Amino acid sequence: MDKPLTRVLRVDLTRKRAWVEERPDLFEKGLGGTGVAIELLHELCPKGADPLGPENPIVLAVGPLNPLFPLASKAVALFKSPHTGNLGESHCGGRVALALRLAGFGALVIQGRSEVPVYLTVHRGRVQFRDARALWGLSSSLTAGRVLREIEPGSGARTILRIGRAGENLVTYATVIAETYRHFGRLGLGAVFGSKNLKALVISGTGTIPIPDPPRYQKLYRELWERATRSDLMRKYHDLGTAQNIRPLNQIGALPVRNLSATRYEGEPAFTGERLAEGFLGRRLACSACPVACIHLAILREPHPKEPYFFKTTFVSYDHEPLYALGSMLGMERAEDVLKLLDAVEVYGMDAITTGVVLAWATEAFARGLITERETGGLKPAWGDAPVYLEMIRRIAQRAGEFYGVLGQGVRAAAARYGGEEFALHFGGNEMPGYHTGPGALLTYLSGSRHSHLDSAGYALDQECLQRGEKLAPEELARRLLGEEARRQVLSSLVVCFFARGIYDLPTCCAALGTLGIERSPEALTALGAQILRRKYAFKRREGFDLGAVALPARALQTPTPMGPVDEAFLRRALAAMAELLEGEHGLA
Amino acid sequence: MPKRLAVVDSGRCVDCLLCALACSRRFGEGGLARSAIAVRSVGGVEHGFVVIVCRACPDPPCAASCPVGAITKAPVGVRVQPDRCIGCRTCVLSCPFGAVHWDEENGKPVICVHCGLCASFCPHGVIALEEVGGG
Repeated sequence: MDKPLTRVLRVDLTRKRAWVEERPDLFEKGLGGTGVAIELLHELCPKGADPLGPENPIVLAVGPLNPLFPLASKAVALFKSPHTGNLGESHCGGRVALALRLAGFGALVIQGRSEVPVYLTVHRGRVQFRDARALWGLSSSLTAGRVLREIEPGSGARTILRIGRAGENLVTYATVIAETYRHFGRLGLGAVFGSKNLKALVISGTGTIPIPDPPRYQKLYRELWERATRSDLMRKYHDLGTAQNIRPLNQIGALPVRNLSATRYEGEPAFTGERLAEGFLGRRLACSACPVACIHLAILREPHPKEPYFFKTTFVSYDHEPLYALGSMLGMERAEDVLKLLDAVEVYGMDAITTGVVLAWATEAFARGLITERETGGLKPAWGDAPVYLEMIRRIAQRAGEFYGVLGQGVRAAAARYGGEEFALHFGGNEMPGYHTGPGALLTYLSGSRHSHLDSAGYALDQECLQRGEKLAPEELARRLLGEEARRQVLSSLVVCFFARGIYDLPTCCAALGTLGIERSPEALTALGAQILRRKYAFKRREGFDLGAVALPARALQTPTPMGPVDEAFLRRALAAMAELLEGEHGLA
Repeated sequence: MPKRLAVVDSGRCVDCLLCALACSRRFGEGGLARSAIAVRSVGGVEHGFVVIVCRACPDPPCAASCPVGAITKAPVGVRVQPDRCIGCRTCVLSCPFGAVHWDEENGKPVICVHCGLCASFCPHGVIALEEVGGG
């Protein structure tokens, strides 16, 4: 284990103090990333902590492979989520991992609360507290980024993490934006920043990571680089990006449309990866250390409302999930309209998935009369109506009045207050991702430790089963999904992007670690993945989560998937099997 | 013919930094401390990037500016003799491109030697080795 990795930078915003702790114990056991961060969270987050209180720690962690191998490009954040009230975990690309690792740290922990808005900088390994009062309340997160870019050093090897108005106003699904267009997107890290009066975090780093066996390292690097650049993955994610999922999901009837009242558009959505690439794609970007460049930026060219031949040009990043949530889920018909909504959530710093699902719930609740213009402040949400949705997003970010205040806490809170639970599409309090493929996807949302599609990728298993015409028994499905989730804990501890899961099988992970002097067998990594997953569930149980009691939105069961309607009894059996596997000593592999 | 590292088309750069990370691997280490090539955004990632690396000037100002003769002209580019270097950073100021990078850990300049290792890892054809005499 290299020495820089085992250093944990600790920051106390209340007392304005920073110090470094050497924690080789944590990194030798958990490697880095999620494996280390979950232990720090257990240590530092008191039971029952208020997620928006000073006692909630923010833990950022990187791993031994960042940024030493291709696609080892992610950083992990753990915290208690103000959105679900339970485990908060979010992964971010951009330059976060490179900057933190080359600043000479394996993890950064931020605790406490500043009495005035501040931003933190870490340059040359030293922390400074900077006055952020002038940056607080800016209408756009993009402006905050622009200012920090100009006044802070470290260009080219730094990350600029910041929140927008939604984070300042404690919208429970506010994001932290990195370098623009990348995010700690889900579960509300932006609100935790806001609750601490922390506007931004700038980290720069150009340090060295010692390599014990350079020839072996260089040889393996080249091999993995070749596998990455020649793989299908490269073509798939580089060409169209994750947006390439929209068309096939629409074709098989697995794309949630209009609050999951349907699963496909009659024709083809205007915002498929193909149509966006043809009509709008302006630039591609990569996270540091990744050759793929899956980040796709559209160019939105808007004419001036009055003046002829006068245009405003905006770059808007798009991915499958935001396109689903702010596109198909809202019944959008025009690509330009979807891009405008995507831009708005970037400006205010809100999770695109949750925002879309919240607006979809509000649209249906309005149509059913559960809410009226009295609640909406005169707005009439309707499928495909971009101007109304833009105004609603603005009001949510502002927490303008009671109704938008409640919407700023997600659909679980909205349904508890106004009704419509049967079509409030959340799982464990986190809003639904963009795949209605079958029981695997729903089980991932229900059981995944983040309630994210990426936890165990049931959507992928569903599609494999669909192609093979195979139906798995609930116990078998449970076993496979938990095994996948356990395996992913290894990747998120290294920290390798999940898109590279096909390249980084366990023997490859062992070989990569071996070049860095970390000897682990595939069996040891399997056991570690299971152990990390159990530690995450231990945290979730401690904070009141119960796999047996997780609520199922009726809409997700009523609307058929390509594999037919999903049966609640089937899901309950699978969840019971998962609970047993998690309690037991074996069986997560 | 000697070859130099050329920035063929910075418009295709995606900011993956594989070039800069490859450069550090020359020394058998990870990170960026001794990387002779850097990438910066042009006022935000949406506006694209510049690749900052020695262009192998025919009459290099970094060599001319060094008060102790630690930088000498080579067939392509320059060579730094670290043992002579007093760490005064005059060379850094002399380069209008900012292509004299600085090794903070050792207090010495780092200038591209045009070996081309970085180009072999550039996935998108931004940089390449080309015969000297080009632009």
